[in-house]
Amino acid sequence: MTKQDISLTLSASALTRKYGNNVAVSDVSLKLKKGEIIGLLGPNGAGKSTTMKMITGNLAPTEGSISVCGIDLIDDPILAKAKIGYLPEIPPVYKELRVNEYLKLVARLHKVKPKRIQLAIENAKEKTGLTEMSQRLIGSLSKGFQQRVGIAQAIIHEPEVVILDEPTVGLDPNQIIEIRSLIKDLGEHHSVILSTHILPEVEAICDSVQILHKGKVVFDDEIEGLRQFRSGKSIQVSFRNSPSQEMLESRLTNVKVSPIRESVFRLSGLNTDDDPTDKLVQLSVDENWGLTELVGAQASVEEVFVELTTRDNLET
Amino acid sequence: MIIVIALKELKSMFASPLAWVVLAFVQGFLANIFLKQVDTFMIIQAQLARTANAPGLTELTIVPMFGAAQMVLLMSIPLLTMRLISEEKRNQTMALLVSAPISMTQIIMGKFLAMVAFLCLILSLIAGMSLSLLAGGSIDMGLIFANLFGLLLLGMAFSSIGIFISCLTTHPVVAAVMTLAIFMGFWVIGLAASDPNSWLNWVSISKRFEGFMDGYIALPDVTFFVVVITLFIFFSIRKLDSERLSA
Repeated sequence: MTKQDISLTLSASALTRKYGNNVAVSDVSLKLKKGEIIGLLGPNGAGKSTTMKMITGNLAPTEGSISVCGIDLIDDPILAKAKIGYLPEIPPVYKELRVNEYLKLVARLHKVKPKRIQLAIENAKEKTGLTEMSQRLIGSLSKGFQQRVGIAQAIIHEPEVVILDEPTVGLDPNQIIEIRSLIKDLGEHHSVILSTHILPEVEAICDSVQILHKGKVVFDDEIEGLRQFRSGKSIQVSFRNSPSQEMLESRLTNVKVSPIRESVFRLSGLNTDDDPTDKLVQLSVDENWGLTELVGAQASVEEVFVELTTRDNLET
Repeated sequence: MIIVIALKELKSMFASPLAWVVLAFVQGFLANIFLKQVDTFMIIQAQLARTANAPGLTELTIVPMFGAAQMVLLMSIPLLTMRLISEEKRNQTMALLVSAPISMTQIIMGKFLAMVAFLCLILSLIAGMSLSLLAGGSIDMGLIFANLFGLLLLGMAFSSIGIFISCLTTHPVVAAVMTLAIFMGFWVIGLAASDPNSWLNWVSISKRFEGFMDGYIALPDVTFFVVVITLFIFFSIRKLDSERLSA
């Protein structure tokens, strides 16, 4: 039927989207291999949803091109869209329909062969744990289950690329764990893009990650790269006879000290070449501060964002 | 694909009480008028028998009902078309249709087809009432057909306008009010168009419909309706497309 590039299921290059003079997304590129899970990470308003809308053909890019399994989305949208499953931020469910009716409708819209529709519905329900809800009206389901219906909708036609916009928002912790493992399973046979603003989520399920900030990619690496970036950036220390913040700052150079609680500090902005940990322990012994705790803390998502965006500012 | 969307739309319509209420309103209102006309006809029947070239049963009972049906459609179609697109946008379900491998044309045509099916349901009720007179007399089938055909075209034109307005807003109620205002505008144009040669007469939907009520299926009238329908369906498709490009 079409030229099939086995390894690359989705490639988007230099996507830019402007709303008037306001640039929502600028120069975002994505390459997705079969069986790969990419996480789009970013604070609210970073352009994650806009990027996803462009990839799914809901929004035309101002500049840039998108191809799905070698089919250009702009030239041949119908053929390309058949290979994509999309869960928008708000699950696109009709509340007046029953789960079965809705999934049947979606299967038909996605041109699943009539003979396979029943099987496709059963598969999608089983994967998302909806089998017992088959006859329920979607409007009467809880938010978590509506979210699952949204995911079932995105995978019912076995698309090559599954695009999930904040799939775990509004779910309780158990459901989040279930959905995450579902996404991991999906990643075995499909390519998945998911957006989130929760950093541990990306670390738990994604193979690689792109961090967006104000419409620009500020970080693009394998998941290992993100782990390295996060770790060793800061440590948390507590003392029995605590020195003052000023004292710590003056004795340890090149370190930002921020108080957490009384006599507990976070030391951040650590430099790997010039690790102050050793010096800190030495100081503590010499000055009789009574170091009681020293924990290598991972940078929080805010710190990563701050770090990345300030780094970006320095470069430009 | 068009049919899949149309069926979904019909299902949604009948899942809410609105479709049922509209059907009941249309039927109740028209049946009332119809029975009144039949009643009047029974009273003046004797006089009519003595008049030369007197209007027949069909002209006196069924045609006035179609005249009223025009007004009923004017009021009820905005209620039916209001949510077709605006609600999809409001509930963010539009993304489902847009992401599916179907074109904007198919989406709009599916919605329009659902409206046509609903109109056919209303028309079949009206036709049923008309044909019930067969039990007690003979009626002019040609005239009834012309009226039904005209009413279908009128309903389709109203529906296409309603769907277009529904594309413009995310509030169903706003869409309904705007659509009703436009229909009222057309109605006022019809009232103002007393001079048959004025341009008002030319653009008046109700004047166009009067030809059908007299039993004439005239090509210019049919063309007028077909053009209105095509135009507004085209506008709707363009509107949805432009949202993808610029919204």
